[in-house]
Parts: sequence; structure tokens; C-alpha cells
Amino acid sequence: MISQVFILSSKGDHLIYKDFRGEATTDAINVFYQMVTALPGDQPPVVMTREGLHFIHIRQGGLYCVATTTTNASPFTIIEFLNRLAALIKDYCGSLSEKSVRMNFALIYEMLDEMLDYGYIQTTSTDILKNFIQTEAVSSKPFSLFDLSNVGLFGAETQQSRVTPSASASRPIMSSRGDQGGKNEIFVDVVERLTVVIGANGVLMKVDIQGEIKVKCYLPTCSEMRIGLNEEFSVGKSQQRGYGAAVRVDECNFHQAVRLDEFDSYRILKICPSQGEQTVMQYQLCDDLPSAPPFQLFPTVERDKSDRLLIYLKLRCDLPPKSAAINVSVTVPIPKGSLSMSQELSSPDQRAELQPSSKAVHWEISRFPGGAQLSALFKLEVPGLSAASLLEVGPVSMSFELPKHTCTGLQIRFLRLTPVQPNPSPRWVRYVTHSDSYTIRI
Amino acid sequence: MPYLGSEETVKELKRALSNPNVQSDRLRYRNVILRVIRFMTQGLDMSPLFMEMVKAGASVDIVQKKLVYLYMCTYAKLKPDLTLLAINTLRKDCADPNPMVRGLALRNMCNLRMPGITEYIQQPVLTGLRDKASYVRRVAVLGCAKMRNLQPDAEIDGTVVNELYGLLRDPDPVVMVNCLRALEEILKAEGGVVINKPIAHHLLNRLKDLDAWGQSETLGFLLRYRPRDDTELFDILNLLDGHLQGGDSAVTAATLRLFLQLASGHPTVQADALVRARGPLLATCTASSRELRFTGLCHVQRVLRSLPAQFSPDYKKFFCSYSEPGYIKFRKMEILVELVNDDNVVLVLEELQAYCTDVSPELAQAAIFAVGRIGRTYSERGLAILTGLLGLRQEHITSAVVQTFRDLVWLCPQSTACVCQAIAGCEEIIQDSDGKQALIWLLGMHGDQISGAPYILEDYIDSLKTELSTLVKLELLTAMTRLFLSRPAETQDMLGRLLHFCIEEETDMCVRDRALFYHRLLRCGVEETRQVLGGPKSDPSLGLIAGRPEEPINNWAAHFNTLEPVSSSGSVVAGIGCDGAALPTLGGSDGTTHSAANCTLAVQEASEDLCSGLPEEATSFNLTLGPALTPEAFEKLWLELETFQTVSLPCSEPSSQPETLQAALQLVQIQALAFSRPGSVPWKAYLYAHGSETIILAELLCGPGSDEDRLLVTVKQEPRDEKVQRGFLSVLETVLQTLSSFLW
Repeated sequence: MISQVFILSSKGDHLIYKDFRGEATTDAINVFYQMVTALPGDQPPVVMTREGLHFIHIRQGGLYCVATTTTNASPFTIIEFLNRLAALIKDYCGSLSEKSVRMNFALIYEMLDEMLDYGYIQTTSTDILKNFIQTEAVSSKPFSLFDLSNVGLFGAETQQSRVTPSASASRPIMSSRGDQGGKNEIFVDVVERLTVVIGANGVLMKVDIQGEIKVKCYLPTCSEMRIGLNEEFSVGKSQQRGYGAAVRVDECNFHQAVRLDEFDSYRILKICPSQGEQTVMQYQLCDDLPSAPPFQLFPTVERDKSDRLLIYLKLRCDLPPKSAAINVSVTVPIPKGSLSMSQELSSPDQRAELQPSSKAVHWEISRFPGGAQLSALFKLEVPGLSAASLLEVGPVSMSFELPKHTCTGLQIRFLRLTPVQPNPSPRWVRYVTHSDSYTIRI
Repeated sequence: MPYLGSEETVKELKRALSNPNVQSDRLRYRNVILRVIRFMTQGLDMSPLFMEMVKAGASVDIVQKKLVYLYMCTYAKLKPDLTLLAINTLRKDCADPNPMVRGLALRNMCNLRMPGITEYIQQPVLTGLRDKASYVRRVAVLGCAKMRNLQPDAEIDGTVVNELYGLLRDPDPVVMVNCLRALEEILKAEGGVVINKPIAHHLLNRLKDLDAWGQSETLGFLLRYRPRDDTELFDILNLLDGHLQGGDSAVTAATLRLFLQLASGHPTVQADALVRARGPLLATCTASSRELRFTGLCHVQRVLRSLPAQFSPDYKKFFCSYSEPGYIKFRKMEILVELVNDDNVVLVLEELQAYCTDVSPELAQAAIFAVGRIGRTYSERGLAILTGLLGLRQEHITSAVVQTFRDLVWLCPQSTACVCQAIAGCEEIIQDSDGKQALIWLLGMHGDQISGAPYILEDYIDSLKTELSTLVKLELLTAMTRLFLSRPAETQDMLGRLLHFCIEEETDMCVRDRALFYHRLLRCGVEETRQVLGGPKSDPSLGLIAGRPEEPINNWAAHFNTLEPVSSSGSVVAGIGCDGAALPTLGGSDGTTHSAANCTLAVQEASEDLCSGLPEEATSFNLTLGPALTPEAFEKLWLELETFQTVSLPCSEPSSQPETLQAALQLVQIQALAFSRPGSVPWKAYLYAHGSETIILAELLCGPGSDEDRLLVTVKQEPRDEKVQRGFLSVLETVLQTLSSFLW
């Protein structure tokens, strides 16, 4: 049972505070903030205790969402609840940030009032909550030229509005100004998080893909939706389907509401999505990547005659030629005490800089097409360079985003709403792979 | 700004709230109220507006009503008299045709935490229990609990309790769960809601109708139920089976806990449940929410205590990714150390080696300690990595490596030669006191194998004036005296200077006392000093015993899915736990060094008392540590020999740290082989000693079967010698009594 719930900004401003049981004082907020900011680095902050009051918090969007309790409650339940609260705020207010919470505090209070009574969780389902919540969300959309282009000359809808759905997915689910275009959209996102460790000899040491299919639905009432996955999709090590390259995952689990009666034979998920965002399916794959890892690195590290450290990196992108990686950033740890760096990059749209504070070189490439190969040469001035200093170079870590690409090869064949609705609502399917952790040893 | 001049703000808001123009404009009125709530959240005192806010509550606008109720619940305690004005409106709302308005009014009326409110809410709550809308019933059920907690001294109303038990069969699942919650609170004094067989089976059958929150909470209530026989037990477990592998982590954890506790008498069933929950548990360890990931990891650690092999094939899941926060990485490293086996040791060490050069010094050091812990079992591989790291010549890395060396040398004597070679040159790099202590300890203990040892220590002596840490000075004194015993020619002069400085110029009492102690000891003679400081140079038996026995699942099952495994104070316990020891190691790593150092001091001072207090008889014979006995040899001998004598000594279980006890026993030449964890029942210890060509084995037992304050000692001897045996017992008794009187 939860005693209080509060939301703080990263600077410690009180954004939301609700006391459910009157067991603890308002002072708890300040106590929490002092504890969490004064915590030494190696102490786990998730659960903290002061005088019999347990503080459990999550950090999302730069905010602290905190629940306090006096009982020895289930940490899984409370953390899942806070995550759900954050997701609901995102659904209702469009985004989770200090600004959106400040603007919509009345709505969040109203939500909390229905979600918890006397500290006990009552419901967190969007379908039920929307009947009780009356406040309208105030969305904080930054002024953007894209919005203007959508209007078009004489108010006519231009072609452009059809191809930029990504911005419109971050708006509140309930809005009374309903005549806006694209209100009844459905977004289906296939998001994969990739963890890779590549050994010094170029051998793949660890691969781990965590994927999920998320549905974000703006339809007020949605009948049944059918999501068709690749027919070759197989689960587990032994199962094989189809003749072509199988799309295989180790394990997958589904949202409670998904019906799987056609999953075994046709790989169709059936769900009646409720308004807002929900994760329909989660899957994992490890140790067995169907295609080559997206990046290969060929590093050379040596000392030159004038005792400078030379790091020569050749980076190849092994994606299919049509796709590309964006926001690629390569971090190379370098010996402590490196003073300055000169660089030679293979094309002008890249940037590299030396960051002495984190003793690393950051190399950034905004767009990296598949099949391409880029190289960079860094010459570092390191006083007192020794053979051991070379050991401090590496491992290289990379972060990137692969739009329109899934590493497992999972695809959505079709998306059907039954019964067919009179004015078909726009449906969008998006694929993206994020690098959770991509490490290459040198 | 609202933070300044809040009185002005209050006045302004008051004017706005009572302005008829504002009141007539719905949007403006609501906006003013919103401002009040915003200031309230920021912690400003808005209670002077109570009157105006109550008036604003009598509106048809539901949003406005909700905001006003929120305000009233916050300030009702401060303004009880004014709150009564609002009661009428609330009671009227409780009869509104719209169930939402009814529920809202009832909920908030019960939330007004002020004395005397109960007489007004009793009737509406009772009516609410029979309301036809489930929304109102949910509110009313919890209202009963709130009412009860407002007047905790009053009699429990039997009719309400019966009605709530009846409502367990309500068609609405949330009403059912709320009933459980309310009954739990109302009957707190009597041990909470009673789960008998019909209720338990009813709850189990309703589980599938509940949402995830309700399920995990109901599963928690079911923990209380004890099935009559095995048939019923297995029926229940079959029903629950599906939830073990459901998608929701909270439900899985709650089900697993219930499984473990229901099947507490069937270890195979428990193990089987853990095997099947492996997938979902691993999934939480890789969840996208960091906090959930952390919780999962903490629980995996618990499982590993009993089933160390459980997660070994999945070791790659516990590799850190660079974007993770430190607290998750620390946990993952602890887990990696535990699940190491012959198959994965190469890859795990390789992974840990990569963390040793991390940007964060704390993380790098933790990784080095982890490599050291694996090195206790796989010493060659560990040493190769650690010596390689010394080449980096980084302050924090070298310091951690030397600390790891100290622990390794103590537990694995075969690594001594390699370590002695490697530590040359480290003194220039180490700056922190922990590292210095470790280095000085190594130089003192194994100075005979390190050619430059006296000169390195001399540098420390020369810079003693600028040394700030007391512990380093204490360690230096011990090390120097020890080294003097093995290399007197080179160290005599330095030791003299050191003692002189510490006695004459040192201001810290602790250091001065220690220096005085060594001074007096040396004046007694070299042989006496050797006896006090000699001791063994390593203790592999301790390392072997420290190989952690598998803990029964029931030891931690009760705390599964509670805050205990996750909370920061719990991590201290977990830290010791993963240090590998049901039997804590001497000179242990990490945080235990400080206490160990303090204990050494205490023991050494205790020894002064001991030496003077030993009875005549005891000093007339000689105990020696003699040839070391391996645990296996001890066990064999123990089983072979017949009990010579069993006596009961009038002292309780030593409440001191095992390190202290062990060191104290060593001072009188008794070697301790194994201890139980302090505080465990029964508490046991196994000791042996050589004396007058006989060997004495002894078992200390404290716990059930013997009195609280008496210690049962079973002595076996080979060959038998009455006199030595009596002497041994009297020495043992003196040590134990001195320890309990000296330390506690």
C-alpha cells in the first residue's frame, strides 16, 4: 500500500504531491530530495529508507516519480505502478517532462485520485480511467515550421502531411478539438534494443536483442485489430517454419489482452487496443543474429616516432544499402592526461572532439548509409606515453539508431481493423532499432 | 514570485475567489482555483482560503469539485470547524443520481482526516456498501477501513466485518480485493483477515478475473493460507501454475513467493518453480525500465544463494552495458562473481577485465575486487589479469589491485610468490589509505620474500609526519615490528625511529598506545614478540570453508518480493553474503578491513590482560599451532576419535566478530577451523591445538539442547593427556570470558 505519491523535477521543485493515508508528513518530499542527491555513487537509489518510511522512485524524463510506503510491500508492484503512472501521463499529456506536468497538474491529480484510493491501486486501465477524467490536457507543442507546412495554401491538405507521422505521435490521446486531421490514427511501432559485444579479434562475443511491438491508438473506440507478423516467425531454438530465412526469437510474451488463437497457424495477433500506448508483445533473442552486426570496426593503435599516440579507426556499416544509421556516435577511451588531439576525418559531415573530463574521444556521424566505410585518424599528444598507456585505449562504445530496420527481421505484414470502418483511420507502422550498448574491444 | 510574499498572493486569491464576476465565469473561476492548488503543491499555506474554497465546491462543474475536494482533504485537519460546513454539500452529493458524483463525494468525505468526522460518514458508508454501482461500493468498502483508522480505540463493528466478508463474493473484482484490504486493516489487532479454506479457494478461482495489481495483492493474502494436505497443496499449485510465467513481473514475483512458501516442505517443488520462473525473472533483469531491472537483479541474487547453477548458462545477460547507471553495474558484477563456473570463467573474466579500466574509479575498483574474488578459485587467471593492470600505473587501479592481492595471499598461499614479485614499485603510485594499508601489510607479512621491503617501509616512516590516516600508522607499526623479526639487521634502526616518533610526537592516542605496546613487547624479548606476532601467513582452510554452502531456499523465501532484497540497508547484508561466506573470512575484502583492523587492536590489548590473567596451570604447559590441519583431516580425525570429555563452560556464545575470536584464539596458540555465522542457532565452532606431543580437537556448541549462557565443549585428544587437556580448557575459558568482558 502506498502512503504518498509525489513528482519532483530534477531541481527538486514540487510538481505533484498527494497524500493518501496521512501517515507521513509533507516534509517527506524534502527528506527524499536530500537523500537522493546526497547518495554516494555506489549506493542503489531505487529504494531508500528513513525512519520507517520507504521511498521508492523511478527516474523518467528528468523527473523523480516517488511513492512512499510504511509497509514491506512488493517492489515489483510499486515500480511497475510508477512506470504505469509515467506511461499514463505520457498518454494523457502527450509527453512526460517538467513542462507538461506543470501544465497538466490538475489532470494528473484527477488521475491519481482514480488510480489510488487510500493507497491501494484501483485501476490503471486507460479504458476505465477515461470515463472519469474530465480535465482536458494542455499540450505544449513547440512552435515548428513543419506544423505550418501541414496547413498548406488555402488550408488544403498537402502531400507532406501524409509522410510525417512521427511528430504527431506525441500528443495527448484525448483532445476535444477533434476536427484536426489525423485524429484517429493508429501507430504500431516495432522497437528493438540491441546489445552487442565484439571481441578484439572481430568475433561476436555477445548479442542480445530486446524487442517489443507497441500500439499507440488514438481511436476512442476500437474494435478488433489484427496484426500479422512474418509467416516465418518462429519461437524457440527447435522450431522452424517456412523455406526462406526464418525470423527467429528465443522467447516472447504477450499483453494480457492479446488473443492468440490464430497465432500458431497464421502468426496473427488479435487485440482490441484501448486508447493510449501499450506493449502488445515483447521478445528476446540472444547469441544468434540472423545477419551481420550493423557495424564493424578495424582499429589500429600505435605510437609514432615523436611519441604521439595514433588511433586509426576504420568503421564499416554492414546494413543493406538502402537503409542507413543515424546519430552514430563513437566513443573511444584514451589514456589519462591526453593533452590535445589533431584529427583527420574522411568526410566533412563528421565531427570529433576530445573530452578530457571523461578521457574519451567522441566521433559523431549524423548519417551513415549502409555499405559505406568511414575512417578517422586521431593523433593524441600524451605526455609520458608508455606501453601500458596503450592498454587504456578502448573498449570502443557506439550508440546509434537504425530507422526502418529490425535486427531480427521481424516485419508486420498487415494491420487490419474489423469490422471495416466507414472512414478508414490512418495506420502507421514504424520500425526502429536502438543501440542499447554496442561495445567493440580493441 | 509566489515564493516571496505569500500573504500578498493569498489576499489576491481571496479577492478573486469572492469576486462575483469571477464566480459567474466558469473558466475564470476554475483558473483561480487551479492557481490555489498549484501554490498548495509548492508547499505554500493556502488554508486562509478555506471558506471561499468550500463555497466553490458547491458547483455543478465536476472538475472544479474535484479540485476543491483535493484542497479540503489537505487542510481539513487545520480547519475542522469550517470543514463541517462542507459536510452537508458532501452528504447531498452522496445521494446524487450520478454514481460518479456519489463515489467522488463519499471517497473525499472519508478522506477528511479530522476528529469527529466519523459520526457524519458512518451512514453514507453503510448505504454505499449496498449501492448498485460497483464504483460506489469500491469506495465504500475502503471507507470502512478509513473510518476504523480514524477512531482506532473504538470497538470493532461486527456487522461491518460480516458485511465485508459477504462482499468478498461481489461480482466486481476490485470490490473483492478492496474487501480484503479493508478487512486486513480493520482486523489488524487480531492478525488481519482470516483466509480459511472456502475463502482461499474462492480467491483462487477469482484470480483470472482480476487485473495484474489485484492478482499480485490477492496472491499476497493467500500466503497466509496453509493447505490441509498434499493433495490440496498440489491442486492449488496447479491452479497457480499459469501465473508463474505470465507477462507481468509483479504477478510472477508474487506467484513465485507463494509457490516457495506453500511448498516449503517440498524442496524439489520449490526448485522446480524457480527453474520455471527463470525466464520471467531474466526478462525483468533486461527490462527497459532501469528500476525494474535493478529489482530483478536483486531477486536473482537471492535465488543464486540456493541455486548457484541456475543462471550460469545465462551469464551473458549480466554483462553490463555502458549506458547503465552504476548501481546496476555493481549488482551485475556481484552476480557474475557468483555464477562463475569452469565453462564461463574465461569469458566472464575477460568481461570484468574490460570494466577494470572504466572511467568511474568506483566501478573500476569494484571490477578489480570482483576479479580478485574469482581469483580465489581460479587463481592463475585472476593473477594474470591483476598483474597486467598494475602496468597501467593508475592510482585507483593499483590501490585496488594491491588490496585484492592482500586478500588473495591470505586465502591462496600459492599466489604469494607471484604477488611478491608484482608489487614492486607500487608504493610510488598508491595514495589512498586503504591501498597503503594493504601494501604495508603485505610488506610486513612477506617482507622476507621482497628484497626492498625495509626501504619501502622506511620511506613511509620518513613521511610519517604528513600521514593523516591513523589506520595506516597502526598498520605500519605492526608491519615494521613483524619485519623486524625476519630481517632485524636492516630494520632495527628504522623501527627505533618509528617507535620513538609514535611515542614522543604522535598525538593520536590509538597510535601511541600501540607503539607503547610494541615497545614493551620487544623489551620482553624477541621470542615473546615472535609468539604474539607470529601467526600463520595465510589460511587456505578458511578460503575452502568460505566456498559458500548452498543455502536452503526457505531462508530467503519469506523475504522474496519484499523491499528487503532491494533496500540500501539490505545491500550491506547482501554485500557480506556475496563476499562468499556463511563463515566470514579473516582479513576480508572491501568494507570489513576497518573493523578487522580495529579488532586486531582490541585483541592485542586484550592479550595484555590475558597474559597477566592466565592461571598458573595454563602457563605451565605449552600449546603450539604446530602443523596445520586441513578441514578434511580434521573431519577424519574427529570421526575416528572418541569423546574424551564434555564440559559445559559458564560463558555464552561470543558475540564478537569471528575475526576477533579467531585472532584471540591464535594468540594462545589455538587454531580455529570453522565458525557458524554470529547469532545463528545452534552456534558452533571447531578448534584444534597441539601441545606436549598430543593433538586436541574441540567443538564449541551453543544453542538448543544447552542453556543460553553456557557453552558445551566436546574435547577429543590423541594421545590422551589429562593435564594438557585441563590446561587447554582453562586457557579456552579464559579467552572466551576475556573476550566477552572486554568487548561487550
